[in-house]
Amino acid sequence: MVIEGNNEIFEKEVLNYEGKVLVDFNATWCGPCRMLKPVLDQVAANGKKIVAIDVDNDRDIAIKYNISSIPCLILFENGKEVKRSVGLIPINEIESLFEE
Amino acid sequence: MYDIVIIGAGIAGLTAAIYASRANKKVLIIEKQNYGGRIISAPHVKNYPGFLDISGVDLATNLYVQATSLGAELVFENAESIQNGINKKVITDKHEYSCKAIIIATGLDRRSLNIPGEKELVGKGVSYCATCDGNFYKDKVVAVVGGGKSAIEDAIYLSDIASKVYLISRKNLEEEVNKKNIEVITNYSVDKINSKDNIESIDIKSSNDSKNIKVDGLFVSIGYETSSEEFESVIELDDRGYIISNNTHTNLDGIFAAGDCCKKDLRQLVTAASDGAIAATEAIKYIEKNR
Ligand SMILES: Cc1cc2nc3c(=O)[nH]c(=O)nc-3n(C[C@H](O)[C@H](O)[C@H](O)COP(=O)(O)OP(=O)(O)OC[C@H]3O[C@@H](n4cnc5c(N)ncnc54)[C@H](O)[C@@H]3O)c2cc1C
Repeated sequence: MVIEGNNEIFEKEVLNYEGKVLVDFNATWCGPCRMLKPVLDQVAANGKKIVAIDVDNDRDIAIKYNISSIPCLILFENGKEVKRSVGLIPINEIESLFEE
Repeated sequence: MYDIVIIGAGIAGLTAAIYASRANKKVLIIEKQNYGGRIISAPHVKNYPGFLDISGVDLATNLYVQATSLGAELVFENAESIQNGINKKVITDKHEYSCKAIIIATGLDRRSLNIPGEKELVGKGVSYCATCDGNFYKDKVVAVVGGGKSAIEDAIYLSDIASKVYLISRKNLEEEVNKKNIEVITNYSVDKINSKDNIESIDIKSSNDSKNIKVDGLFVSIGYETSSEEFESVIELDDRGYIISNNTHTNLDGIFAAGDCCKKDLRQLVTAASDGAIAATEAIKYIEKNR
């Protein structure tokens, strides 16, 4: 399951998390974000950790990470940004974000 | 074991899933990219019965919700081959699925330029979908390559977002567009894409000249081609790669085809939806008969 995030969850599950977690920056009005959602659900069901952040609800996180376009996926490792991908991408590319 | 496996979650595949699920069949849809298929790149659909004006993404999302809430399952995998028999198989890059009937609804694939840099830069400046990725180019400079109706539409769509749009075409499209931030470049084709991490510029050439233009994005809009080669060894295709079908039946019992991947005269949403409904109904009849 993709974890629906907020400020608190972001701090606990992303910033203070040891390991890799993918953050999906999205918004309800963003069509491509909606299309990405079932794909992310499948990646999460396959055992990857994913946190979703709604940029309208959590504007400060979006500003901190300089999110200007969504959908935007950022891979964090031990609380630090290591990879970023913008736009609608297929499942193989999402999975390969988790690889070295 | 599924009753019906549907390959492709475009309009045809999703409609087939709705019909089959409403008949209580166990349905799996296999999709290699995103749900919705080709229509997601259309900002406005104005000829789908019952909708005055709906975006392709909204139409696709409605269909997706409709199909999955009726119980159809969807996995994001690439179907690589199929096997015929009383029990049939669809083999993907990740799994094998057994089923009683198969519906192929693989539509058409975008044609690519096949030039250096193109593949590597998808998502880093190269795009095939203006409505999906256009918003990333606010106040930036982009180029659209292509000479058809959709290239013109893409250029106009992007001109409301980007500061400048080059429309590069072998044909003269000067008459077709008159917006002050669209510059039509006629008789040129794109030769090479230059990049560091992201796209930086493109080299374009004509029969007697070549030049370099700086762009932040390149939208490729040069049409579509058939994409059913995976199934060629079992399914009969015509010489252009379209599946030959009769009332959605292919040459093999229990394997059906629906939508743009079929040989037909009109490739539109309504005809794709219509094929999907017929294919599901025919597949159900086939399953009942062979019980
Ligand atoms: C810009 C644009 C505007 C358009 N506007 C209109 C319009 O206004 N009105 C209208 O009626 N029509 C319009 N069309 C045409 C319409 O989009 C198509 O007729 C329709 O999408 C066909 O649906 P389909 O389900 O047959 O195929 P597609 O939409 O092509 O869907 C096929 C799906 O199968 C998937 N797939 C393919 N191969 C595999 C595989 N091996 N494994 C797994 N999945 C696979 C693809 O990823 C895709 O999602 C437009 C098309 C474009 C491009």
